[in-house]
Amino acid sequence: MADTTTRPRPHSTAAPTPGNRPRPTRRPSARPVWAERPSRVGTAAKGFVLAVICLAVLYPMVYILAVSLSAQNDLAGDGLLLWPEHWSLQSYRTILEGGLVTRALVVSILVTVVGTALSMALTVLTAYSLTRTREVPGSRFVLWLVLGTMLFSAGIIPNFLMVKQTGLLNSYWALIIPGAINAFNLVVVRNAFMELPAELLDSARIDGAGEWQILWRIVLPLSKAVLAVVSLFYAVALWSDFFSAMIYLNDTTKWPIQLVLRQYVLEGQSMTQLAPNPNRPLPQPQTLQMAVTVVATLPILIVYPFVQRFFTKGILVGAIKG
Amino acid sequence: MSVEQVARERPHARPTPKARPAGSLRTRMWRARTMYLMMLPGLLYFVVFCYVPLLGNIAAFQDYSPFLGFSASQWVGFHNFAVMFDDPQLVTAAKNTVVLSFLQIVFAFPAPIALAVMLNSVMSERIKRWVQAVVYLPHFVSWVIVIAIWQQLLGGDGLLTNLISDHGTQSVAIMSDPHWFKSLITAQVIWKDTGWNTIIFLAAITRIDSQLYESAAVDGAGTWRRLWHVTLPGMRGVLVLMLILRLGNVLTVGFEQILLQQHTVGAETAQVLDTFVYTRGVVGGDWGLATAAGLLKGVIATTLVVAANKFVKRTGSEGAF
Repeated sequence: MADTTTRPRPHSTAAPTPGNRPRPTRRPSARPVWAERPSRVGTAAKGFVLAVICLAVLYPMVYILAVSLSAQNDLAGDGLLLWPEHWSLQSYRTILEGGLVTRALVVSILVTVVGTALSMALTVLTAYSLTRTREVPGSRFVLWLVLGTMLFSAGIIPNFLMVKQTGLLNSYWALIIPGAINAFNLVVVRNAFMELPAELLDSARIDGAGEWQILWRIVLPLSKAVLAVVSLFYAVALWSDFFSAMIYLNDTTKWPIQLVLRQYVLEGQSMTQLAPNPNRPLPQPQTLQMAVTVVATLPILIVYPFVQRFFTKGILVGAIKG
Repeated sequence: MSVEQVARERPHARPTPKARPAGSLRTRMWRARTMYLMMLPGLLYFVVFCYVPLLGNIAAFQDYSPFLGFSASQWVGFHNFAVMFDDPQLVTAAKNTVVLSFLQIVFAFPAPIALAVMLNSVMSERIKRWVQAVVYLPHFVSWVIVIAIWQQLLGGDGLLTNLISDHGTQSVAIMSDPHWFKSLITAQVIWKDTGWNTIIFLAAITRIDSQLYESAAVDGAGTWRRLWHVTLPGMRGVLVLMLILRLGNVLTVGFEQILLQQHTVGAETAQVLDTFVYTRGVVGGDWGLATAAGLLKGVIATTLVVAANKFVKRTGSEGAF
């Protein structure tokens, strides 16, 4: 990320030719010589605005976490405080001890894992096969087919009818296959592959490596950052999707977590069905709802820090560089 | 909107020899057989799930019935379109869509530009990285969760109501108040994606030649003038590009986001074109009409992008394609 977000510095783009002044050695975050020192007020205002923005993003999330961990609604009564008076894991115990939410979580995890693997395999293969449009007759046409899908799509109804025709209705594959390849992700991956030095691949070819070997042993290991980012994109899309499940799965026992969340948190269906054990008293419905929300958010928050540093690089390799 | 369609093919990304590889078409195809094998599953996917469904749009010209299928359903010509234009619900949906879209172009579109400029001016690399990590985050949270969170803060028995009811007893339910709906939708969009959309603008700023800043400074331009005369013009290409793509989507406003909240304020306020198509078709079984509405929307959107692109090219900027 550092390479794309550093502040413009004098001479940072120009190669040091004899006529140029030697590039001053400076810490990357230092101010360029020509820039004036910002005023105290300006700096403070900027810091304040950025702090408010970060708070606006983080506060709601932390608040949800705090509600889900409080025993009664004592937290909300205290106003804006984020510290529960009485801690309790009761709501988590309730939803995770089997029953609807647990089952939905398992479904979501399976669909996400299988779907991401399938999407990545298809994307990588297709992307690689489209890197040498000059040598592979017809592949330029295929590339245009792929790019065309960015401009227009068939629409909700025809897609629904297609899923119906292919017999995927009411199957988990209906959540995975219709969106298996995303044209944008494919272009990102393809561009990353194109950035690799051609000489490297050619020399491997001269040494007798086949295309599969080159892809597996050379291209993939050198594209890890982009692959990580694109995998995250696919995983997030699969994990966040409720609409496919809503229209393609009519069997409620098959529901993924997002759909459960919609039903019980947004549509306000009674939470009693969420508890597998009818004898135990239920925690506050609000606490329970927030626990489901947290559980549905958690996987992304776990993966995010590991992939986050690749974002800019991964995206820009595919998008606007060049 | 995301960086999505910015990606396009760049034939010069890798220096390739100008000459075509030798051999007849057949030999060349045979030599590339492994590549075809790799391509096959992906190609199959695009044909089956992206291109064949395009044909499904013929349902727009039929009195389509899922039991009869495309071949046996009765052809009705443009009847569906005629019915559609007389449908008051569709008019409402179209109006809502355009208003929401307008609000988003005016408020949600400039937000990431401002944030990118501000982030770029932050000196400390560490602070910048932290802020970025935070503001990108909501992009990865699903709409269901975003709305659940907002509900918890602004809904009927959420945080805000509790705060206010300490001083009185009235309940504020911004989330289910039709008057607030459009502002709320826009605010949610800003909350979720402003940070993420800064990526592309930040990258555009970084690509501006720093010598321009230097010479502007030498000529006596202060921070604000450099912003106005160097940074913004330097981002012009990307700005225009993103705006074209956004204009192409004027008839698309957060389908999932709105579908999830429709029940709280009712269809009069919250029906947009996409939810109209979904409600009429998948829920109501009025397949022909719904497909016609979807088709018309798609055609208008594609036309708009192409037209906007042409217009921009004529004014001398680089277009999207």
